[in-house]
Amino acid sequence: MANAVEPPETVSAARKAHPESSLRRRTFLKWLAAGVASAAAAAAAQPVLGQAPQPAGGSAPGAGAVRSKRLRRWAMAIDLRRCDGCQSIDKPPQCTQACIEGHYAPQPMQWIEVYEGALPGGGTQFIPTPCQQCQNPPCVNVCPVGATFSTPEGLVLIDQERCIGCRICMEACPYDRRFFNWGQPALPPDVMFMKYDPEHQSPAIKGTVMKCNFCPQLARAGRLPYCIQACPNNALYYGDLEEDLATNGRDVVKLSRFLTETSTYRLKEHLGTEPRVFYIPGHGELVDRDPHRKGRKPTAWPWPKRAQRGASWTR
Amino acid sequence: MDTVASWGEHAATQPTHHVPPAWRERLEARVLHPLRSTGFRYYVWVAFLLALIGWALYAYSQQLERGLIVTGMRDRISWGLYIASFVFFIGISHAGTLLSAILRAVKARWQMSITRMAEFITVVALMVGALFPFLDMGRPERILNLLTYGRWQSPLLWDIMAIGTYLTGSTLYLYLPLIPDFALCRDRLGPSAPAWKRWFFTAAALGWQGTPAQRLALDRAMTVMMIVIIPVAVSVHTVVSWIFAMTLRDPLNSTVFGAYFVAGAIFSGIASIIILMAVLRRLLHLEEYITATQFVSLGYLLGAFTLIMGYFNLSEYAVTGYKMAEGTRFHFEQLMVGPFAGLFWFYILGGMVLPGLIILYPRTRTIAGIVTASVLVLVAMWIERYLIVVTGFRVPLMPYDPAWYMPTWVEWSILAGAFALFALIITVFAKLFPVVSLWEVIEHRGPEPAPLRSGTQPAPGPDVRGRAVGRTP
Repeated sequence: MANAVEPPETVSAARKAHPESSLRRRTFLKWLAAGVASAAAAAAAQPVLGQAPQPAGGSAPGAGAVRSKRLRRWAMAIDLRRCDGCQSIDKPPQCTQACIEGHYAPQPMQWIEVYEGALPGGGTQFIPTPCQQCQNPPCVNVCPVGATFSTPEGLVLIDQERCIGCRICMEACPYDRRFFNWGQPALPPDVMFMKYDPEHQSPAIKGTVMKCNFCPQLARAGRLPYCIQACPNNALYYGDLEEDLATNGRDVVKLSRFLTETSTYRLKEHLGTEPRVFYIPGHGELVDRDPHRKGRKPTAWPWPKRAQRGASWTR
Repeated sequence: MDTVASWGEHAATQPTHHVPPAWRERLEARVLHPLRSTGFRYYVWVAFLLALIGWALYAYSQQLERGLIVTGMRDRISWGLYIASFVFFIGISHAGTLLSAILRAVKARWQMSITRMAEFITVVALMVGALFPFLDMGRPERILNLLTYGRWQSPLLWDIMAIGTYLTGSTLYLYLPLIPDFALCRDRLGPSAPAWKRWFFTAAALGWQGTPAQRLALDRAMTVMMIVIIPVAVSVHTVVSWIFAMTLRDPLNSTVFGAYFVAGAIFSGIASIIILMAVLRRLLHLEEYITATQFVSLGYLLGAFTLIMGYFNLSEYAVTGYKMAEGTRFHFEQLMVGPFAGLFWFYILGGMVLPGLIILYPRTRTIAGIVTASVLVLVAMWIERYLIVVTGFRVPLMPYDPAWYMPTWVEWSILAGAFALFALIITVFAKLFPVVSLWEVIEHRGPEPAPLRSGTQPAPGPDVRGRAVGRTP
């Protein structure tokens, strides 16, 4: 939540600022701010876990101009034509790296993981994979205690203070997008000052499940998720299906038209999970990636050397 | 036919078969002997089991302190030995139901002397098996969330409800036929028995005097439980399979799982009762009452289930293997030629083919042969549960290298502790309760007839007709 100690915006936000694009981005964010009040009003009417989310940007100008009680329907579009797995800058995938740093994700969690999939004709493609935010979420269906739940905005969140650690949700997830705190994770001391909230999941709690949450606390503050801020190629879009807009931080697109025109697909669509993450097929061709160049840099976690104690493990 | 009401009409009849008093004396003395005196070896055995349980508790304390990181499980194979053992123990709990309820319902006479042991296994296996999901929890101290926030939509809640019902039902079903035996103990143990024992048997007998009204009440209660417990047992293993089958994972997403698990449960249950029968027969010198008849009859049942299990495996592997979808290909390779091939082929050949052949050939269809087959089956069924969990989780969901799982010393220790707990509870039960249902054997069976070649002898005649209500022992 925004009035708790706020997770820091990542370093990558500054790194990627394009002067001309940030203008457009600002326009978009104003749009967002206008909608935040309506989202907040609706969210207050339907409290999640009995506590209404408190909007950070709720007092922004335009709050009076609420047009309806329509809810946000957050979505992500991932343009695989622009993803080169950060090969060109010879660094670990910056989306994953920013997510780890922004969320204090314990080692070895990659809430957005860049998989390298084989193409049928040879070569590979990189597939950044956050939680798919299913609208028919298998994980929510099987949770015995309602610790993982769908919000009215269509996000799947986890209340780690309720989770009993049975891990049936990890069995149910067909995308391998859930992570368990097998031990007490090694995390830097600053995490301990954060007030726990399901929307940012810090500090991580031993014996509970974590995952990508689509950064609703940043959206409410009018900012983009860490991964999207950090992508050097602007391959990731974040937006609202209700308002039919999305941005990668540089361009704003009309989401429905963008998805149609790019022949978008969703992962394992046949399973009927109805993900809110859309993929535009490609293998980095718009950023001149050679599909036959394989491999990416492994992700790094800064925590173990900053932490006083705690454990790391492998996946 | 035999309705409860018609049984009541026989209330004044006498046993139609002759019960030689000497035979009965000997049976009672033999079965009640362990309740009367306890040898040194008993204490050594209990101490050994307690040591194993203590070691398991130490292992669990490590897990509590450091988290599940002390196990071999990780994100991609996030269930392992614990859940496999959970399925295994719940599976062998089906011994009691099958033998006791189904065979009682069809009035199979040969099983009278082993119902008690079968019911022991059910209750104890449930108690031990139900521990495993809690041992597997990341936050065991939040267990009450299952009550305060429980969602009936979750397969885990179905498990809790089904196993809770089954444990309650089977405990009742164990207790009901024990009442007349408790009364017998109360009357026979004599003043030399310790006061607590006399108090225990007096209280547990619930004032049983064998009056016609009491017999009628007991008979009705047992009839109800015997009918009710069968669907409950089937439901239990069905929902246990549904914690796997209700997911979208490749080898687990299967409609055959419910029936497959129930069949596997009964299969391993029969094997476990044969083994327990052999052990108690030897230790308590019950050779006269548990004879080749029981072994061969159960052996036939076990043999039949090797075929049923074979059929289920054929259904599962032929239907998916013919199409060979992407995940299936990986799964078949890891099972049949890959890292799990040894375990898999032991399960198929050692757990179904070989036991089937042992029972098929008259020369090996001896007590020793049948017990050997049962041991093979029991080991193979544990392996099968392990394979379902581990290989089921191992099929990659996304483009990543397959994960690996190897249980750690903590998991093995806790498993050993669970087996020790199982053995300990059985050991204590065998010291407190008659391991043979005395009154039923006396009234319904009498002395062993001429040696049976076939265990499925129909045993016609009025002596086995009905539940023999109102016969005075």
